[in-house]
Amino acid sequence: MSTPATVTWLAGHELKLGWRDWLSMMTAGRRNRMRTVAIALVVFVVFMHLLAWSMVGGYAATPVDATKAQLVAVTGTLLLSFSLLLSQAMESVTRAFYTRADLDLILTSPVPQQKVFAVRIARIAAAVSAVALFLASPFINMLAILGGARWLAAYGVVASMGMVAAALAVALTVALFRLIGPKRTRLIAQIVAAVIGAAFVIGLQVAAILSYGSLSRFAPLQSEWLIVHAPDAASAMWLAARAALGNLGALAAVMAAGLALLAGAIAVFSRRFGDHVIAAAGVLQATVRQRARSFRRVSAAHALRRKEWTLLLRDPWLVSQTLMQILYLLPPALLLWKSFHDGAGSFVLLVPVLVMAAGQLGGGFAWLSISGEDAPDLVASAPISARRIIWAKIEAGMETIAIVFAPFVLALGFASAHAAIVAGLGVLVAAGASTLVQLCFRTQARRSQFRRRQVSSRIATFAEAFSSIAWAATAALAAIGTFVAVAPALIALGILFGVWLLTPPSPAASSSAAARPKARPPSG
Amino acid sequence: MQRPVALEVRALSKRFDRPAVDTLDLTVFGGEFYALVGPNGAGKTTTLRMVTGLLRPDAGSIRIEGVDALADPIAAKQITAWLSDEPMIYDKLTPYEYLEFVAGLWRIDAATAEARARELIGWLGLEPNAHERCEGFSRGMKQKVALAGALVHDPKLIILDEPLTGLDAGSARTVKNVLAGRVAAGGTVIMTTHILEVAERMADRIGIIAHGRLIAEGTLDELHHKTGRTAASLEDTFLTLVEAPVAAE
Repeated sequence: MSTPATVTWLAGHELKLGWRDWLSMMTAGRRNRMRTVAIALVVFVVFMHLLAWSMVGGYAATPVDATKAQLVAVTGTLLLSFSLLLSQAMESVTRAFYTRADLDLILTSPVPQQKVFAVRIARIAAAVSAVALFLASPFINMLAILGGARWLAAYGVVASMGMVAAALAVALTVALFRLIGPKRTRLIAQIVAAVIGAAFVIGLQVAAILSYGSLSRFAPLQSEWLIVHAPDAASAMWLAARAALGNLGALAAVMAAGLALLAGAIAVFSRRFGDHVIAAAGVLQATVRQRARSFRRVSAAHALRRKEWTLLLRDPWLVSQTLMQILYLLPPALLLWKSFHDGAGSFVLLVPVLVMAAGQLGGGFAWLSISGEDAPDLVASAPISARRIIWAKIEAGMETIAIVFAPFVLALGFASAHAAIVAGLGVLVAAGASTLVQLCFRTQARRSQFRRRQVSSRIATFAEAFSSIAWAATAALAAIGTFVAVAPALIALGILFGVWLLTPPSPAASSSAAARPKARPPSG
Repeated sequence: MQRPVALEVRALSKRFDRPAVDTLDLTVFGGEFYALVGPNGAGKTTTLRMVTGLLRPDAGSIRIEGVDALADPIAAKQITAWLSDEPMIYDKLTPYEYLEFVAGLWRIDAATAEARARELIGWLGLEPNAHERCEGFSRGMKQKVALAGALVHDPKLIILDEPLTGLDAGSARTVKNVLAGRVAAGGTVIMTTHILEVAERMADRIGIIAHGRLIAEGTLDELHHKTGRTAASLEDTFLTLVEAPVAAE
């Protein structure tokens, strides 16, 4: 056992907390689920390896001394992944600033703050790298199996990317803190994180649409223009790509750079990190006054719906979390606009994108209205049937979806009435299916726990994603007018049937307490 | 003359991993302030959550103002209010908007609800903050807003679970005054509390619950007589009564 209050002791403590957090996240707090989780993980890993084999198998033969075109493609792929890592690291750093948790204890202890926050920054880097390594492992493993052990060097590149992402995230968040102050940083940093995560993908898609009329983000990376104008193959710009291809010298340089950047960030920022955390804690909620108006006579269901909309509209953080997915609709909107101008028929490509986005957004809104209830006892003790409460909440979510997607579907209608009808129906069905998934796996949580919704039930998360994909495929095939559309629709219905079969048994709550399905343990 | 019964619980049982409430009988009369006290885990909250329809009992019956709460939960809820120890309100709504929402859920006429909301906001000293979002409120202010929500639909029976937890002296006094006012106006209040002085001073009758059973019930004097300590405080009486079954087991 290490000496208390040393860096290694603190790191051990952080490691223990991190491990228990992960375990609790994976098992939803139930130890008896360990076996199920282990089996699910094995199935997931096998499935991902098969997927990786089909996706990257063709690239395994890429030599260490790659051509410029190959280096451009590998670097582009690494940058795409890096933007997501940076986004995730910024989220973690923002949480480290604003989540109180054990900070009161730590900040009042006699341990030097610099030491504590050095360990915390390192933990963020380790967590970001670990997730990236886990997700990249099927691809790297398949490349190594098919193209040789040299591909294992890519693990080092991914770890290094995690370190650089954490270092940059700390620097960016601290810069925001100094620039706009602790009050605004929380929201802005979340938005910046989401934009960073989406910007590179969207940028490539926009470039693809404008140049090739395609939504493929890889089209610009393979373009002749880019390859001609990119630096020579000997340039240091391709260092990470060369390292990933198995060049050990490049790998050593990339890893050294990653470690140096992380160490630099820790040395520079850990000293002041505590001050920023204290400043964030001192931020009082600004008093927001609302306009006074008379009570309006409404039905109980309407009162519930209005409450849902008001809470959503007044929470910019939640709006940014849910509607950020609309960012991904910008490229399809651009494609629609361009297709309409060019008279091309590529608007059919938009249908599955809209349906997929509606499925994902629908799940988010459904979670907020069905599970994210801040006053469950109030709603459950009101004289309304459980069924009516649930319906009102579903209606609130579905109406929001209709409002968000109506302009896209209407615009599509100008180009093709058939595509618009398919898209409209697809949007409603995909959102409805995601709502059904959330309904089956509803739990009781606070709205502020929205970002944890995807870890509260892995089955619900995967079911929601696969259902959205299946409905998007159905809509895509229906838009081109083929009967094959029935196949993915049947798969989607199968997923929903599976969800219904796996629905956790209703806890011993009153039938009138549907809004609070998981009874909390009694306190007295 | 027979007193009207506000709440009648018979043979109520609920089991989690162990029996939480065990064939409990309880009668609370109309216009009465009834305090339910007991050690942690005794079954107080579980009992009241079953009464308010937040938990389904394994066995037993519950009648609120003559309405069978298990057969017709909507009618029972229409005349009942529940206030938990943790003020559950919406941070992004103002107290005024919160009360409008509650009035909507209980289908109270808008004009009546608005007048009542003004009155409650005045009583509870929330006027300066009536149109501010609740997110910056202290715990005491949030509890007052939640209490206003419980009263805005003018319930016949108010059930409160540790409503004074974490409140400062001023807020606690306000809440106690409002509850006393409700009882004076003919309403029925059932409250769990760990603060025995509050039960001693405010309650018409006190029920002591332990191991899911009502082990003693009555006015303060009646409880003192049961332990044979007429001059003792409720605390002494409570500890004697609660420890007795434990010692017997």
